[in-house]
Amino acid sequence: MDRNAILNELKKVLTPYTENKELLNGITEETDLIKDLKINSANLVDIIIDAESAYNIEIDFDSAEKMYLVGNCIDVILDKMNQSA
Amino acid sequence: MYNNILNLLPYKSSFRFVDNILLLDDNGVKGEYTLKEDAFFYEDHFVGNPVTPGVIITEIMAQIGLVVLGIHIIVSGKETDGVVMDSDSFPLLTATDVSFFKMVLPGEKVTVTSKKQYFRFGKLKCLIEMHNEASELIAKGIFSGIIKNAVKA
Repeated sequence: MDRNAILNELKKVLTPYTENKELLNGITEETDLIKDLKINSANLVDIIIDAESAYNIEIDFDSAEKMYLVGNCIDVILDKMNQSA
Repeated sequence: MYNNILNLLPYKSSFRFVDNILLLDDNGVKGEYTLKEDAFFYEDHFVGNPVTPGVIITEIMAQIGLVVLGIHIIVSGKETDGVVMDSDSFPLLTATDVSFFKMVLPGEKVTVTSKKQYFRFGKLKCLIEMHNEASELIAKGIFSGIIKNAVKA
């Protein structure tokens, strides 16, 4: 799976936690989940849990801390997918 | 036997809504509280017709179901997930979705039961129910919260 495919999948994971759905149309790897998408910081945990089941991976505490930009999320997801492959 | 945890609760006097913990483990908690007839909110809610406000019902559910369980999980250290309590830590409610089925009047005793859905990265999410002494459902909902200023283990 390439980065673009993951970005598109990630959009679906982010949708329920993004109040203004239109913001999702313009997301790039530089999009900040809290600052740009205005996601409630407590919901980052739910996003991580949803991403785990979407990609069948396990995300540890240290990796979770890095997941604040869309690009970082893709890095962590790719890294974990390669580990479990 | 579980009431030692009550000493760790940050609430005092008029805003502590936990009397007794009946069951407590890493997956859930059951506790009770009796509404004081002279509680500050009955005088004005409503004048001449005291009814426990929904926000107070919600607070009772959150204190027993989320805060007691959350502090237990963190201090018991079995499932710390990288966070520990510090002297300036305090609990914060991050989301609730509650439905109310029956009123609670002054002097009633209520029982709160909470089942953990997850505790991860310092966030606790639970399914919480409140029943009255006749075992009738008073309220039910999904609650989540975090410990603010918890430090990384």
